[in-house]
Amino acid sequence: MVDDAHPAVELRGLRKRFGEVVAVDGVDLEIVDGEFFSMLGPSGSGKTTVLRMVGGFELPTEGTVLLGGKDVTRLAPFERDVCTVFQDYALFPSMNVRDNVAYGLRVRGTGRVERARQADEALAGVRLAGFGDRKPAELSGGQRQRVALARALVVRPRVLLLDEPLGALDLKLREQMQMELKAIQRDVGITFVFVTHDQEEALTMSDRVAVFDAGRVEQVGTPADLYERPATAFVAGFVGTSNLLEGDAAARLFGDNGTHSVRPEKIQVSRDLSASGEPGEQAVTGTVAEVVYAGASTRFIVDLDTGGRLMALQQNRHSDSSDVAELRGSKVRLSWRRSHGISIGTTAEQPTPGRTPR
Amino acid sequence: MDRDQGLTDSVAQTLREAPVRTPFSRRVSAHLHRRPRLRLWALLTAPMFWLVVVYLASLAALLVTAFWSTDSFTSEIVRDWNLDNYRLIYESSVYRTIIVRTLAVALGVTAVCTVVAIPFAYYMAKVAGPREQKILVVAALMPLWVSYLIKGFSWRILVGENGVLDNTIGATPGFGTAAVVLTLSYLWLPYMVLPVYAGFERLPDSLLDASGDLGAKPSRTFWSVVLPAIFPSVVAGSIFTFSLSMGDYITVDIVGGSTQMLGNVVFDNQVYDLPFAAAMATVTVAIMVVYLRLVRRTGALENI
Repeated sequence: MVDDAHPAVELRGLRKRFGEVVAVDGVDLEIVDGEFFSMLGPSGSGKTTVLRMVGGFELPTEGTVLLGGKDVTRLAPFERDVCTVFQDYALFPSMNVRDNVAYGLRVRGTGRVERARQADEALAGVRLAGFGDRKPAELSGGQRQRVALARALVVRPRVLLLDEPLGALDLKLREQMQMELKAIQRDVGITFVFVTHDQEEALTMSDRVAVFDAGRVEQVGTPADLYERPATAFVAGFVGTSNLLEGDAAARLFGDNGTHSVRPEKIQVSRDLSASGEPGEQAVTGTVAEVVYAGASTRFIVDLDTGGRLMALQQNRHSDSSDVAELRGSKVRLSWRRSHGISIGTTAEQPTPGRTPR
Repeated sequence: MDRDQGLTDSVAQTLREAPVRTPFSRRVSAHLHRRPRLRLWALLTAPMFWLVVVYLASLAALLVTAFWSTDSFTSEIVRDWNLDNYRLIYESSVYRTIIVRTLAVALGVTAVCTVVAIPFAYYMAKVAGPREQKILVVAALMPLWVSYLIKGFSWRILVGENGVLDNTIGATPGFGTAAVVLTLSYLWLPYMVLPVYAGFERLPDSLLDASGDLGAKPSRTFWSVVLPAIFPSVVAGSIFTFSLSMGDYITVDIVGGSTQMLGNVVFDNQVYDLPFAAAMATVTVAIMVVYLRLVRRTGALENI
């Protein structure tokens, strides 16, 4: 069945308008077979709309959706070899868990005994063996989540679409489900297309990530690509903390007045202002404007003497809250390896306020 | 400094005078706030009076009256306890036929309303835009703002011989049971549309998406996902359409021709043989009780 010559999903010039609003504004993407692919972006960036067009729930205003090289742009959801895990799980409340999972098989005409067997197997696969007779209302959020996953996987779709499936779970459960999802994806080998607004989630789980903003793809790449080499200021700001320097402040440090960025954890904070720099190191002095103690680490907001402001993140390996609090207002020396300074180019737009990651 | 002093003085004065100036309504509210039992009585006296005296007492009077009889000469009620009224209903084929017909009409009306209301409510809740939705809700409600009699006679004009239907499409059910079912379906349709519409509103779109996504065609989605979800709403609506049809007699008079239903028998006897009318009315109450018990057994009432 799997056709290596074609990507699992291919989007060409995809555009979607809702009345006056352009939700998706020309998206081209190729998603390889067996890949865990994430679409990351703030709410309203068009990522869910793209997912819904792949699933067949929305018709594109323009452009083409190809699944395994076949044009499915105008096919109904039930004619496509994709399955979706919905944000609200969309479990059928009148059916028990087993019937929910077996629904796709029942629709395909699988016999009663066989589909019950496969459903139980799929439930065991998501660690819910023995839950078959319960109603969805009797399950917790994380369990419902896994039922929805089993229901979609049991029909062996070529591509599984996941629409912010972890959004409704609390932090602990979410982290646990991230690991599980990744493990399940590795086991079944199905292409996962995962929509999220959580950059950390996208980075931990994905083989590749597409960063969306205002209906367009800003950058596609591996998590390391996005983090270490953001192509635009938006990506630098949305994936991780941006720490942007531009104009004169950038010119004095980096030599040109384009936009530059240094990741906070790459910056070493030291009270020894006169320390000599190692080779390949860049150093600057500044005044600590704010110290934020965050348990495992401390964030320093430093106003640079050369202008501009940088955030530095230090592990609290040798210090505790009372130590770091004293640093507010004092002079410090910031240093980082020259190679960790990222140039983002001169034309890039600033991320709009209010769209910074949570 | 002086200004500040002045301000503080005036505030202090206001505070001192405050209790004196409290308006009456405020004091009543405060009083009630401290006495929850009094509050409960104030809220419930009128509705309890309505429920117990007006509704339950009259229902009890009805049940009692059914066991009395009438002096056939003077039409005076004779208070001797007997089962004659019920025996007459049971033994007379005319009354048995009328009961069965009334049941059939009520079920028919409920069926017609269900079949019409489901697609209409679906369109209202799931397809129409917000503006169109408001218009449709008003359109569904509007017939309720028009007098029952006007609607009844409109249907008389529609279905009558040489009426609108006859003159336009050349066919009409004429006056009779079919016309009664049609007219009652029209009259009670809003009572079915509104709960079913509310049911569709509660049905998340994602369930429909998920069903299609798993490979189900729309018809399968309807039977497996939509119908179970809105069934409680249909049942809620059917309680209205069924009970209102059971008790109706005016529509039957207007478009029913020679057809008689339970309501007509009650109405026709209420002056000269009130106990018999009461017995007949008790039959409709009994049928409704049975219907409600059946409905309860489906479990639909728990989800309303």
